[in-house]
Amino acid sequence: MKFELRGITKRFPGIVANDSVDLEVSTGEVLALIGENGAGKSTLMNVLYGIYRPDEGELRIDGAPQHFSSPADAIAAGIGMVHQHFMLVPVMTVAENVVLGVEPTGRFGSLDINEARRMVKEVSEKYNLDLDPDAIIEDLPVGVRQRVEIVKVLMRDAKIVVFDEPTAVLTPSEILEFFEIVRSLVAAGRGVIFITHKLKEALTIADRINVLRRGKVVGEAIPKKTTESEIAEMMVGRAVQLIVNKKQAVPGEAMLKVDNLSVVEPDGRTVVDGVSFEVRTGEIVGIAGVQGNGQTELVEALSGMRRAATGSISIADRDVSHDSPRERHAAGMAHIPEDRQRQGLVTEMSIMENLVLTRYHDAEFSSGIRMKWDVAKARSNELVAAYDIRTNDPSQPASTLSGGNQQKVIVARELSRDIRLAVAAQPTRGIDVGSIEYVHAQIVKERDAGVAVLVVSTELDEVMSLSDRVLVMYRGKIVADVDPKKVSHMDIGLYMAGSRPAGAAAS
Amino acid sequence: MNETLKSLRFTFLAVIAALFVSAFIIVITDIEALGDGNFGQAFNTLGTAYWGLFKGSFGSLRAISNTITGATPLLLAGLAVSSAFKAGLFNIGATGQMLAGAITGLWVGFAFQLPPIIHVPFALLAAAVGGALFGAIPGVLKARTGAHEVITTIMLNGIAGFTVLWLLKTELFKREGRDDAISKFVEDSARLPKLFWFMGKRIDLLAHTGFIVALLATFAFWWLLRKTTLGFEMQATGFNQEAARYAGMKTKSLMVVSMAIAGAFAGLAGGSEVLGLYGYASGTVAGDIGFDAIAVALLGRSTPIGTLVSALLFGALQAGGRQMQVDTDVPIDLIIVLRALIVMFIAAPLLVKAIFRVKGDAKAFGQTFRGWGG
Repeated sequence: MKFELRGITKRFPGIVANDSVDLEVSTGEVLALIGENGAGKSTLMNVLYGIYRPDEGELRIDGAPQHFSSPADAIAAGIGMVHQHFMLVPVMTVAENVVLGVEPTGRFGSLDINEARRMVKEVSEKYNLDLDPDAIIEDLPVGVRQRVEIVKVLMRDAKIVVFDEPTAVLTPSEILEFFEIVRSLVAAGRGVIFITHKLKEALTIADRINVLRRGKVVGEAIPKKTTESEIAEMMVGRAVQLIVNKKQAVPGEAMLKVDNLSVVEPDGRTVVDGVSFEVRTGEIVGIAGVQGNGQTELVEALSGMRRAATGSISIADRDVSHDSPRERHAAGMAHIPEDRQRQGLVTEMSIMENLVLTRYHDAEFSSGIRMKWDVAKARSNELVAAYDIRTNDPSQPASTLSGGNQQKVIVARELSRDIRLAVAAQPTRGIDVGSIEYVHAQIVKERDAGVAVLVVSTELDEVMSLSDRVLVMYRGKIVADVDPKKVSHMDIGLYMAGSRPAGAAAS
Repeated sequence: MNETLKSLRFTFLAVIAALFVSAFIIVITDIEALGDGNFGQAFNTLGTAYWGLFKGSFGSLRAISNTITGATPLLLAGLAVSSAFKAGLFNIGATGQMLAGAITGLWVGFAFQLPPIIHVPFALLAAAVGGALFGAIPGVLKARTGAHEVITTIMLNGIAGFTVLWLLKTELFKREGRDDAISKFVEDSARLPKLFWFMGKRIDLLAHTGFIVALLATFAFWWLLRKTTLGFEMQATGFNQEAARYAGMKTKSLMVVSMAIAGAFAGLAGGSEVLGLYGYASGTVAGDIGFDAIAVALLGRSTPIGTLVSALLFGALQAGGRQMQVDTDVPIDLIIVLRALIVMFIAAPLLVKAIFRVKGDAKAFGQTFRGWGG
């Protein structure tokens, strides 16, 4: 079976989201569709799935033109979609969720839950998904929830399964399991479209790669015959620095000192367990670890968003353990929070207002209770230019920016101050290659200017290439303190799973 | 500015749609004429009713005075809802805060002998402070215990209502020779001057300078939002409390301050009714104004200008509705229906979009109120 998109054009007011795009995928192969945020990937898939009708062009299945007016038509034609944000009912069981909308019924129209459970078991065993039909969704980790979504699609007999950014929410080990599932789908004769902006993943799993830029297919590649940088160049339209380019670090004195820090959840679980470390001026220390091993809580304690149970935090030998977030700010700490939309920005407010969100009370921007908006405006115009924030009007809401540019707003706000310590949590999560390169360069620039930098990331590549020293967190403890140039990815992967380096003392 | 224009146009369209639906209701109320097949008469009724609505609200100086009289407390109480909403708080408690302000303003109004130039501002200040203190209570409860302000403000309305009924019967407040809940008069020196004093002794012109106070309060609200650090903090907290906290703002104290500011606006509403319109207080001094204020804020999208325009609109409907009832058999209750329809059309932007075939995203009109869970 062969699905083809021919000359698809989709326009929205003021923008051509897809510009005569050709695409084809057959059962038994994996097509990766990659492109930066806003390149038109999602629009294209919504056309394929019957949510949008194209302005021009058509969709063919085995040569026969199709006209989808709703997702129901697309599903009937054998197309399945696993969305980035799962559509599951948290309080229901796996089996109940899977049959939602296509419930098998008994004699009097009652739900035949045993039939539903049997169906889930069958599909789960066939594709090695390892699902318990009676588990409640809200108790399951994200990776397992995704498998429930996959079962949903398979039960509706999809020939082509579309995955929209499937790995964004997965841990490294879950990503490996996910790839196994994709392979078994292909082996069972189904086709897969894998939408992503992660080059490595596309190279690992795809048979073919299509690159989308500004609504057009700008290139096609076969993973065996191409490299990461070639694809990145196609995506961004210029050569991209994938490896962080930096000189040898020249560390000075300890700027951030964390001593025996513990964080305890209200339910009594210890999530950060007696952690001690230092970050010196002029060095970047990276904290690696699988999501959920205490990194989030550690950063919350450092930034003052949460009280530590024990231990102390000091910046330049001043104990800030009991200081408010604003006092820590004043002590020279910059904080790039993990979740830019929920914690870093007020997206409904303008770019200008967001650029002064942590600094509006400085004498520069206000006197008494009066805001000096003219100063803020001038300053934000400077920052928009200096930090390459792509907007033609800083008075627009921050929500109008792409993810990468939103992140640049936070980076500009936090790093443009006179700072001594920067704590960056997941600084490049979910942003495009061009912006990643930019954010990394800014972080290195701060380091070279003598700032102590702590980077927390679940992206192993990021931690390894950006850091001068890597700490690995596992179950709330720091289990390794290594030089990234002297250890392999494999070694770090082992530490992330809990094994300790030989001869290392626990922190 | 463009956004403001868009939302004003949208509000205007909602009013038109509501007037249109109400027209059907008016025609149907003249059921006898319809039964006789006398459509001309039915349409005549409709014409007379809407003409009366206009005449009674803007048709004469007296009509304008009535519109302003109705709009004054609605504007101040509307600001109480709008300002809290800007900080992410849903203030259902304007009624209680009005009562608190009415009582403190009343007390200063009769308990002191002062020259008017001092007495009036002092009594207004007392009203604002009374409202602010009462308004701060749900703020404190939310900051300390997380108790939802919708619940606590509704409960506090009940507490304020019955406390006022009791207070008005105490020796301190009660009027000589009356057994019901009605207070003594405030001193003449504490009365807000009439707005149309220059028209001589026309007692039918009820509008008082409380309207000027309300306009100043509207300006103060605008200034707070646009020009101050506090306004910036309130709005950041209102949109995204977590980001505000990450930015180092003290979101809990902001809750208390925001509710106190809201309470001060509502307290002024109560104060201006007592010192301007009535000269005394009774148990019904707040009436339904605190609840109508929610609709005023909703219609005005919680902006200073929007709240002003919608308070004037509601004041006009109220004044015109009375005239309409006199001129035709259409009951004044129709005004309640009309207001409800306006609010409904505002709350359902897609409906208005479909009726008037407005191009563009419904979101451009802005979501008016988010759910009160969030």
